[in-house]
Amino acid sequence: MSLTTAPTAVETPRPRRRSYGRYVVGKVLGSLGSLAFVLVVNFFLFRVLPGDPARTLGRGRFTTPEQLADFNQTYGLDQSLPQQFVTYVKNTLSGDLGVSLRYRVPVSDLLLDRMWPTLLLVGTSTILAAVIGVWLGIRGAWKRGGAFDKISTGTSLTLYSMPEWWLGLLLIAVFAVGWGPIPGVFPTGGLHSVDAEPGTLSGALDTAWHLTLPVITLTLAYLAEYSLIMRSSLLDELGEDYLTTARAKGLRDIAVRNRHAVPNALLPTTTVIALSMGYIVAGAITIETVFSIPGLGLLGVEALEVPDYWVLQGTFMVASAGVIAANLVANLLYGLLDPRVRT
Amino acid sequence: MSAAQNPAAHDGSPGVPATLSARQLARRRRRDSFLRGWRLFRRNRSGMLGLVVLALFALVALAAPLLASAEGLEVTKATGGVLEPPSSEYWLGTDDQGRSVLTLLIWGARISLFVGLAATVISMVIGTLVGLVSGFSSGWAGAVLFRLTEWFLVIPFLPLAIVLATVLGRSLFNIALVIGVTSWPSTALLIRSQTLSIKERAYIERARVLGAGRWHQIRKHVLPNVMPMVFANTTLTVAIAILAETTLSFLGLGDPTRVSWGSMLEDAFQVGAITTGAWWFIVPPGVCVVLVVLAFTLVGQALEEVLNPRLKGGRAMMIGGGGGGGGT
Repeated sequence: MSLTTAPTAVETPRPRRRSYGRYVVGKVLGSLGSLAFVLVVNFFLFRVLPGDPARTLGRGRFTTPEQLADFNQTYGLDQSLPQQFVTYVKNTLSGDLGVSLRYRVPVSDLLLDRMWPTLLLVGTSTILAAVIGVWLGIRGAWKRGGAFDKISTGTSLTLYSMPEWWLGLLLIAVFAVGWGPIPGVFPTGGLHSVDAEPGTLSGALDTAWHLTLPVITLTLAYLAEYSLIMRSSLLDELGEDYLTTARAKGLRDIAVRNRHAVPNALLPTTTVIALSMGYIVAGAITIETVFSIPGLGLLGVEALEVPDYWVLQGTFMVASAGVIAANLVANLLYGLLDPRVRT
Repeated sequence: MSAAQNPAAHDGSPGVPATLSARQLARRRRRDSFLRGWRLFRRNRSGMLGLVVLALFALVALAAPLLASAEGLEVTKATGGVLEPPSSEYWLGTDDQGRSVLTLLIWGARISLFVGLAATVISMVIGTLVGLVSGFSSGWAGAVLFRLTEWFLVIPFLPLAIVLATVLGRSLFNIALVIGVTSWPSTALLIRSQTLSIKERAYIERARVLGAGRWHQIRKHVLPNVMPMVFANTTLTVAIAILAETTLSFLGLGDPTRVSWGSMLEDAFQVGAITTGAWWFIVPPGVCVVLVVLAFTLVGQALEEVLNPRLKGGRAMMIGGGGGGGGT
């Protein structure tokens, strides 16, 4: 790009570009490695660090030695560490994540059950935030330094510096409880009313009404990041020669922006959005706590209080797997859109 | 020191007296580049604003014993009523125990800033070391460290921090440790890419030819060059660490014996300050968090602009395109 790097770029031979197939294989293998690492971390975190696993895993729950022995046998804790690890890997791979100490049901069932509210909440917010954030970023960057840009960048930076759950608390205080002349019209939390019938139109509307505030909160939180990234990647493109060419061809400003600059600037933003899909569980933790939505995040936080180690471990597993999967998707997408990264 | 007053020192190499040692020259060069950076930084309005806000908060945190008596933190010595609205006696009202919210806020600044800074130091040390070694050594050590960084990067921060905090127990040191050991990978990647590009420069090759060992090369040549990036990244990491502290405390994983902005918000949430309309217990701690985090972010961005020539060029173009709106 700059004058200093130009000569070296000419001298060095172009690195041979790998085919997309090989790129995919490499990335998939890398993801499997990460998954294996998470498995190992999960094992050590819960079994080796705290000392006696039976004591920490079932903190104060075993009154008789028989119960303790039974527990140890169930989870293979009477075996040696390497044997335990083999058992653990086998169990995890076959979908057996243990039994919740609190709910007395398999953790895998619990996770599947609690996944839907989280997916609904975070999925809706991510889509909304992506659309609005990208639009804000484009407008801001194209008229950089203007009033719109200044206000939207300032707002985004402030939202970015805000704990999203605090924003949620404020929204509850104002729009759910009511503040001054503003009446509280939205529910303070939960996923649906007690008398709502799931599966009907009124039930769906009821859920939508309950999810309005949490979705607004998360959308604002995500939107800040997306708009800042879109803005800066579009600013990066603005100095490029191909835009001058496009203008010299006589294209109108709007066409230069939408057909030439934006598609290129969207690349990094797409990656960031794909990556952030992986933080579904992490992002939902605090919002679900504040709005008491029975999703994966709240499940994890509630498990902290018991502490329900198997549930914690399962939630952690799902959270990490989500990030790894999203990472893989982002990489594959990027490799498809921009062949330069396949070197 | 006396060299500072010497006007000849500024006009380049021909005027430099031969009596200066290599070390003095290096020191002078560093001071000059620092002053140059400071001049650039001072022109950045949002960066300066952030710096002023930070200075104010640091002052409050340091002068906490002078501003409010520590006795105001003790539940047994609380003088106010339960969740009293702001009055002339309690400027920001009282909490559920009858303590002044303002007192809690002032003392909370200490804990929040301390945890943020301590966590950042841990994160920076790990990140910089891992980044330097993984970037510099081309052998197996570098490869292993790079893999490790990538793996840690995919572990979601908040769940890992929560799990670690649960396992380690709730104390001030542990929460800083947890945030520190979970937030280093991005720093490590940044330092690694910087190291990779610096490693290829001619002066490193020259040092190697002259017989410099690996640690000498890293310490004397690579580290001073990545330091500015470390510095800019540190400011941004503090912002993230303070946010993380607030969130972990809010989830009840902070030190139960200390008051931080996050633990205040946890208290407020638990006693239902939202439904009772006790805004003075919810709004001030959050506003403080936002102000401090925003200030660190602004300073970090300004530093990046000063230290990263590529961004600086973009910025200059921006101002030029806007018709010199900045005013010379």
